[in-house]
Amino acid sequence: MAIFLTKESKVIVQGMTGSEGQKHTKRMLASGTNIVGGVNPRKAGTKVDFDGTEVPVFGSVAEAMEATGADVTVIFVPPKFAKGAVIEAIDAEIGLAVVITEGIAVHDTAAFWAYAGSKGNKTRIIGPNCPGLISPGQSNAGIIPADITNSGRIGLVSKSGTLTYQMMYELRDLGFSSAVGIGGDPVIGTTHIDALAAFEADPDTDLIVMIGEIGGDAEERAADYIKANVTKPVVGYVAGFTAPEGKTMGHAGAIVSGSSGTAQAKKEALEAAGVKVGKTPSETARLARAALKG
Amino acid sequence: MDLFEYQARDLFAKHGVPVLAGEVIDTPEAAREVTERLGGRAVVKAQVKVGGRGKAGGVKLASDPADAVEKAGQILGMDIKGHTVHKVMLAQTADIAEEYYVSYLLDRTNRTFLAMASVEGGMDIEEVAATKPEALAKIPVDANDGVTPEKAREIVEAAKFPAELHDQISEVLQTLWKTFIAEDALLVEVNPLVKTGDGKVLALDGKVSLDANADFRQPEHDALEDKSAADPLEALAKAKGLNYVKLDGEVGIIGNGAGLVMSTLDVVAYAGEAHGNVKPANFLDIGGGASAEVMANGLEVILGDADVKSVFVNVFGGITACDAVANGIVQALELLKSKGEEVNKPLVVRLDGNNAELGRKILTDANHPLVQQVDTMDGAADRAAELAAAK
Repeated sequence: MAIFLTKESKVIVQGMTGSEGQKHTKRMLASGTNIVGGVNPRKAGTKVDFDGTEVPVFGSVAEAMEATGADVTVIFVPPKFAKGAVIEAIDAEIGLAVVITEGIAVHDTAAFWAYAGSKGNKTRIIGPNCPGLISPGQSNAGIIPADITNSGRIGLVSKSGTLTYQMMYELRDLGFSSAVGIGGDPVIGTTHIDALAAFEADPDTDLIVMIGEIGGDAEERAADYIKANVTKPVVGYVAGFTAPEGKTMGHAGAIVSGSSGTAQAKKEALEAAGVKVGKTPSETARLARAALKG
Repeated sequence: MDLFEYQARDLFAKHGVPVLAGEVIDTPEAAREVTERLGGRAVVKAQVKVGGRGKAGGVKLASDPADAVEKAGQILGMDIKGHTVHKVMLAQTADIAEEYYVSYLLDRTNRTFLAMASVEGGMDIEEVAATKPEALAKIPVDANDGVTPEKAREIVEAAKFPAELHDQISEVLQTLWKTFIAEDALLVEVNPLVKTGDGKVLALDGKVSLDANADFRQPEHDALEDKSAADPLEALAKAKGLNYVKLDGEVGIIGNGAGLVMSTLDVVAYAGEAHGNVKPANFLDIGGGASAEVMANGLEVILGDADVKSVFVNVFGGITACDAVANGIVQALELLKSKGEEVNKPLVVRLDGNNAELGRKILTDANHPLVQQVDTMDGAADRAAELAAAK
């Protein structure tokens, strides 16, 4: 098992024929992902060759699903067109839409999130501005390097891409059931809480590592959730203790506003919920090892 | 991006939110003519992006054009909580009977937009929220439905505005929503929204914050940026397309990925506790690509920071291979040398992940006198802090 993405997943790529889409489709295929198609209305009916694997291009998400039984889409389209691409995926009622695109206007994200709700949330959205998710040895939907580590019994959920890679690397000898990058934008689909709930229910996950960063109150709410609902050990890390107030630190959502959204407040909330929080990524990895040994 | 009051006022006017006439000036003498145009009296308001300017003496009433020149002279150049006043707005005076509050903002927690409204205007709304939460109505607004006349009515009733003002305030709520949507704003706030002695509703002061991610469809927003206030290093970095924030420490930081760079700042600050409390000098995310050119641009900005005593390059090779990053560092140092720039600050480099061993070998072979390698992030942060403290 794993969460959200397994070896059964059939994956399509929206924006597969663009430069980022091509590069990462090739990498996903190399890491064993079952990519069954791409979507581009202007190139429907053609095929793209990825080192000998021919991937058909469809005119729409619905057509691709109809022809292939796809249940996951990975979206690489530019910010300008991202809202339309996500709405198309929602209309097709695909199970999972992973939005890699960085730089989407927040009004667009708020609009497709509200739209997903009005359609009954049949599509799980991960991202935007995220590296996607990987269930090592099974499937890889997004841009997370597949060669950092293998499958194991740790579940990881993180707002940051590179910190996801760093943590997978620190714990590479132990391996992961799934690692989910939820993204650093102010509005995102899947939250820390959604991933925590899924890892809690996943029989192949023994320990959860949760990585947060400044901005918003997602970590505080996750802490409340953990306290009430999570029985598995959780180890945390929060980035941005030295971030000044009012400055956006790379991710659009990473900003301390007044006294809210600070790393200190998040760390305290997590610790109050019984989560061991590391001061550095390497200390967090040590805490995870200790917790796994019980 | 947060706007000045006069810029917010201009956007309100553009979308039909009722505002008073006003003009912005940057010399005291200009106040004379503007005040005459405004009818002989004016409110002189400091333009600073910080609250509490009234208490600090940044808002004064001028009774005639000569008085306006004097008041503008007093306010221009004033320091308000660390912000120097470079511009003042002269606005028509108003006969204020009541002060209210209305705003729209992004509600991150609930992933929707939120309308807030209160009959307790004119003061810090966070204080109202803390001390009299029942006086602040909060109504979610669906991003796709927007503020319809029915929604506006719902907000007006929830905030308990006086019945005789319902139509006027509903209209304000709809034009303010238009401003919020049309400008891709993260926040539009009117505080105070006033009722005048003759029963008119006006936006007297406002705040607007815009979403930089929407710049691609907001070509006019670039002109709203206060380029004179930007830190020169931040301006240089922006011109080079780098994601950079100047901080007040001594250890220059270059890394890949926003989360890893934030984490690097923290780790350097912890390490600095053992080395004379040195701190990170900046945030700089060179992103996934990390080509020689991007690395050279990054190094150029950081080495140009007089506060920087040492530099920590912290890269985890995910998609990018570390050998490419190492080549980038070597080429960047050569590029800077060929441009005649003096490179005399030690660089501590930590490479991990994809092709890390190859990358380390490239740096070892290049044997640059200023470059040192440390294998772990914590160890490298400690070394960079130690070098900064020793300078």
